[in-house]
Amino acid sequence: MIGWIITIVGIITATQLMRVSVLARKLNGRKEEDISDSENNFNALLIGVFGFLMLTSVIFMILKYKNGYLPQAASEHGQEIDFLFNINWIIVFIVYFSTNIALLYFSIKYRGKKGNTAYYFPHDNKLEMIWTIIPASALAVIIILGLKTWNDITSKPSDNAKVVELFGEQFSWTARYAGDDNKLGYADYKLTTGSNPLGLVTPESLEASIEDMQSTVDKLKDKLDKAAEGKEVYSVAKEKEMELKMEKYIRLRERLLKMKERMNPNKLIVANDDFMTKMELHLIKDQEYMFIFRSKDVMHSAYFPHFRAQMNVVPGMRTKFKFKPIISTKEMRDITGNPDFNYVLLCNKICGEGHSNMKLIVVVDETEQDFLAWKKENTKSPIAKN
Amino acid sequence: MSAHAHVHQKESFITKYIFSQDHKMIGKQFLITAIFMAIVGVFLSVLFRIQLGWPGESNSFLNAFLGDTWAPDGVMHRGMYLGLVTIHGTIMVFFVLTGGLSGTFSNILIPLQIGARDMASGFLNMLSYWLFLLSSILMVYGLFLEGGPANAGWTIYPPLSIFEQTISGSGMGMTVWLLSMTIFVASSLIGSLNYIVTVLNLRTKGMKMTRMPLTIWAFFVTAIIGVLSFPVLVSAVVLMLMDRLLGTSFYISDVIVGGEMMEQSGGSPILFEHLFWFLGHPEVYIILLPALGLTSEIVSTNARKPIFGYRAMIGSILAIAFLSFIVWGHHMFVTGMNPFLGGVFVFTTLLIAIPSAVKVFNYITTLWKGNLRFTPAMLFSIGLVSSFITGGITGIILADSALDIQVHDTMFVVAHFHVVMGMTAILGMFAGVYHWFPKMYGRMMNTKLGFVHFWITIISAYGVFLPMHFVGIGGAPRRYYDYSVYESFDTHQFEMIMDLNVVISVFAIIGSIGQIIFLANFFYSIKHGQKAVKNPWKSNSLEWTTPVEHIHGNWPGELPTVYRWPYDYSKPGAEEDFIPQTVPLKEGEEEH
Repeated sequence: MIGWIITIVGIITATQLMRVSVLARKLNGRKEEDISDSENNFNALLIGVFGFLMLTSVIFMILKYKNGYLPQAASEHGQEIDFLFNINWIIVFIVYFSTNIALLYFSIKYRGKKGNTAYYFPHDNKLEMIWTIIPASALAVIIILGLKTWNDITSKPSDNAKVVELFGEQFSWTARYAGDDNKLGYADYKLTTGSNPLGLVTPESLEASIEDMQSTVDKLKDKLDKAAEGKEVYSVAKEKEMELKMEKYIRLRERLLKMKERMNPNKLIVANDDFMTKMELHLIKDQEYMFIFRSKDVMHSAYFPHFRAQMNVVPGMRTKFKFKPIISTKEMRDITGNPDFNYVLLCNKICGEGHSNMKLIVVVDETEQDFLAWKKENTKSPIAKN
Repeated sequence: MSAHAHVHQKESFITKYIFSQDHKMIGKQFLITAIFMAIVGVFLSVLFRIQLGWPGESNSFLNAFLGDTWAPDGVMHRGMYLGLVTIHGTIMVFFVLTGGLSGTFSNILIPLQIGARDMASGFLNMLSYWLFLLSSILMVYGLFLEGGPANAGWTIYPPLSIFEQTISGSGMGMTVWLLSMTIFVASSLIGSLNYIVTVLNLRTKGMKMTRMPLTIWAFFVTAIIGVLSFPVLVSAVVLMLMDRLLGTSFYISDVIVGGEMMEQSGGSPILFEHLFWFLGHPEVYIILLPALGLTSEIVSTNARKPIFGYRAMIGSILAIAFLSFIVWGHHMFVTGMNPFLGGVFVFTTLLIAIPSAVKVFNYITTLWKGNLRFTPAMLFSIGLVSSFITGGITGIILADSALDIQVHDTMFVVAHFHVVMGMTAILGMFAGVYHWFPKMYGRMMNTKLGFVHFWITIISAYGVFLPMHFVGIGGAPRRYYDYSVYESFDTHQFEMIMDLNVVISVFAIIGSIGQIIFLANFFYSIKHGQKAVKNPWKSNSLEWTTPVEHIHGNWPGELPTVYRWPYDYSKPGAEEDFIPQTVPLKEGEEEH
């Protein structure tokens, strides 16, 4: 309702202002294109006020929302990133303030006056050279520092990094820890079933999936046969759909059979010792982790804002990111003064209607004992036991 | 010239106003269509800003516009929220700032400023507009589909944009979106080819490339960028249509959607990202360069000073154009792309800051010791330079791959590109409309209302986007329906995000309502504005030597001959503070 009123009042005001202004112009006999000295002065004044507000509001927000209330980085590389941020911020603010001030100051100072003449100054090679070289050298520093940090972050993890898989689907995360061998058991999306949500490959799960698909095919065939005999009636579209689905499952099953032929049980890494959870992601302080990301359906992005870590989760692909948490949840609660604070894993790539609710709480345990205690209660084997 | 012979031909209403082949009329058709699309695009943003500022609160305004399907009890539907975000982005980027900006000003100014009777092909030019209109209608039509509009984000990343099982808008909505964009690209390509040919072949006597106004340089290079990059978007779109309709797997591999196992295998969503951003990044400069070109002309004219460093400005335009093709990977640092490749893109991306910085310094130096005349166009141009600085400088953070890890896809990105691309180009477009309105309609817009419009616009635009940077640095992801998820892990941050979101939404609403002043001024002045004189701004370029009343063929009689560059303002030794391009050099006078 308020919206409507404002809109209507706005339109009325605008039209009235317009008519008044047009009449005033006509009375004065002045032309629209003649900008008087007083108009120039008035706009120069407003430029001053505006410049002051724009610059001070930024200072105000920097002071008030320093780091946007994100506490210090909780990971090793995150502190490097924060350092780099600070250097970049300094350069950004120097340029922001100096060039904006120069622009607005010149605008005010050289506001037009009748009788004044501008200074004819078409070019100056020296000046142009200077302001090509200055940004170029500032950028060189930024590039060198940035690439050094980037290379550190994207380099190979050390040998004692623990491997954890984060599996994204609409709209939840599943964490799978690699277990004692620190190797994730193989997975293939075609093996995904209700009892094998991550599609893990074992000789048994493969067999089960082949049977599963066969029974799907059989059921569909049965229905189609009955329809052909006239015992059951479906719409033409529905019948076509069932036929296509049956053909698809025949092809998928053939691919599984080929997989079975090629499978070497001795080389197969089985997820026997892996353990998984959908409740929380627990990490151990000062332990390096190698995260492997996998998606079931659409693209997601695994975003750990407090650890300065992010990697897209791309279906059909395994992406990676490594980091080492160095501040435990308990310590961070003290730092932020917020006893309810938690780390989090968010989804940061539009993935559907539930995108903004796709999260997993992350907890950094002080010690391995804490972690093991949690593990015992809250994780399970990803392979269904029959 | 054959066009010359047609000057006195009688025209019917239909050939003059509807199926016109006259570049000036086509330019105006583009402008009016773009204004309509801008009203739609901005209005959609007001709707979703209401949701972000006051999430979950019942609002009769939302219910009135979205109805019971998309805003039951006045609370916005989640799918519709994403749909509004998607269509807002698409409309603003393509229909307002590409079609609207290039279409309007390239059409009106290229023939007038280079001294041509019309575009090289009047028919293709007309076709370009009609395809643009058709694609606009289709895009808006998408909003009224039963399943809602496309809502996978304007970047339409697969597989979300492919399977209806993953999001409702990826059914009919996405198909309409893809069709509309294909037609749009056809329009853009036809237009661009025409601009390039016209600039190369139809310059009048004496109009050397180095005597062209910077506007023409900007339009010319923009058209080249468009011709080289838009076809890649079409190929991306066609492959996507095949994935959607024919079951191919260019972009899909190993997915289970809505509980259904798909058999597509071997494709990659990353391929789509590469194709999309190969257009997507040059697109930023397709939007920016025309706005900067308009500004160069307006700043110089109203500072009564030559644009500083004319050749450096041309060099910067060319450098930006070249670099724009080798930076697309900076949108993909965290996609799993090879980190080494990421490093290369960091390098090329940061290089582009150098020609951008040169342009900014040249604008500032043009103001230095000028005799500035604050017309509304001039104010908008100064505002443009300010927002180009403010938005450009945060690009340094995003170009740095290590920092991008933290701010990628957050509201910080949204703030950055809205300032550097959206706000800058919109300010440039307003500047262009105020400045060339007398050329378009033979009348003047109201100056005082222009001032009011400018101050409301610039203050609310900064009011929207400065706080948005802070929301983003706080790690708030974009395209979130609300931030209630923060309540479960950090209430302090939740409060900050909510506070700032209210501020942003209030400014967004004020700024949008403020545009009514512009609309009123624009449409009122077309009919009732003060009659314009031939050269109201005392400008040098050729368009101001044509008669106020439009004629087919632009100049009665001979085409003008050009003797000098267009920036001889306040040249020592001259009687007036401007010397039009058609005035021959005096004896012993140096060109520039």
